[in-house]
Amino acid sequence: MTGVKRTRRGVVVSFDEVEASLLRHLVGEVRDLLADGEPLPPPAGGTAAVPTDAELSALTGLGTDIGTDFGDEADPLAPSDPALARLLPDAYRDDDRAAGEFRRLTESSLRRDKVSSAERLLAALPADGAGEVRLDPETTESWLATINDVRLALGTRLEVTEEMAEPDPEDPDAPAYVVYLWLTELQGVLIEVADG
Amino acid sequence: MATGTEAGTATDTRPDTEQGTDVRAALPWVTLVWNDPINLMSYVTHVFQKLFGYDREKATKLMLDVHRRGRAVVSTGSREQMEHDVARLHAYGLWATLQQQ
Repeated sequence: MTGVKRTRRGVVVSFDEVEASLLRHLVGEVRDLLADGEPLPPPAGGTAAVPTDAELSALTGLGTDIGTDFGDEADPLAPSDPALARLLPDAYRDDDRAAGEFRRLTESSLRRDKVSSAERLLAALPADGAGEVRLDPETTESWLATINDVRLALGTRLEVTEEMAEPDPEDPDAPAYVVYLWLTELQGVLIEVADG
Repeated sequence: MATGTEAGTATDTRPDTEQGTDVRAALPWVTLVWNDPINLMSYVTHVFQKLFGYDREKATKLMLDVHRRGRAVVSTGSREQMEHDVARLHAYGLWATLQQQ
């Protein structure tokens, strides 16, 4: 499990090679989902010793069906992808017009902030596999928000519930659920250390 | 840090807009946070403290209201202030909406 500890100079997170690679892949996919078609360079780093992006996409399911069919929507303002809709929710519950207007005025800035936070995390990850990352308080907030975005996207695709227990090994989603649980643990420990 | 409810006070010396003051804008609006199965209880508590400056006790009580009752009012103020709060909560991934009280 990824190590998280508190030092006098901030929170220190240590990753092994596979964890760093997995987090890089997941955050990169959510960044691409939020960037919505804007061309972006692939995340830097990664080594041949860890799973490829294609292997990781097959594992988590986040790399498929993302950002592919937004052009044909009846309402171009509301995301049809459930994961994207969860990341960019309506601000008004019973007022479609106000929700659409709010979305028109603020969604691009929300996307930009989330993409920027994701890119800061990607840039901070150890470039060559395993390593430590030191987070100041502001960066810790940015990491928490980005890891949460990944959990929202993955959890929405997995249709997680509050009552969900350990995954059934026979379930084809079991590997992705294990990844989701790892992210949950990482986020939980980060909050505990940051608030402790 | 904390969201105030200063709109419309007698000491407010800011000039009105050219369109004049819309009385409806003085009625209170609220920001609601809705329960969802993904956000961690510790994360929701953390966000309430960070965004609104609430102490841990108040943030925890609000989080438990969200968890048990399905939603909670986390801030009150003008429509513009509540739109700002909703945007900040969305940046953190919380499921937030605003409405008139």
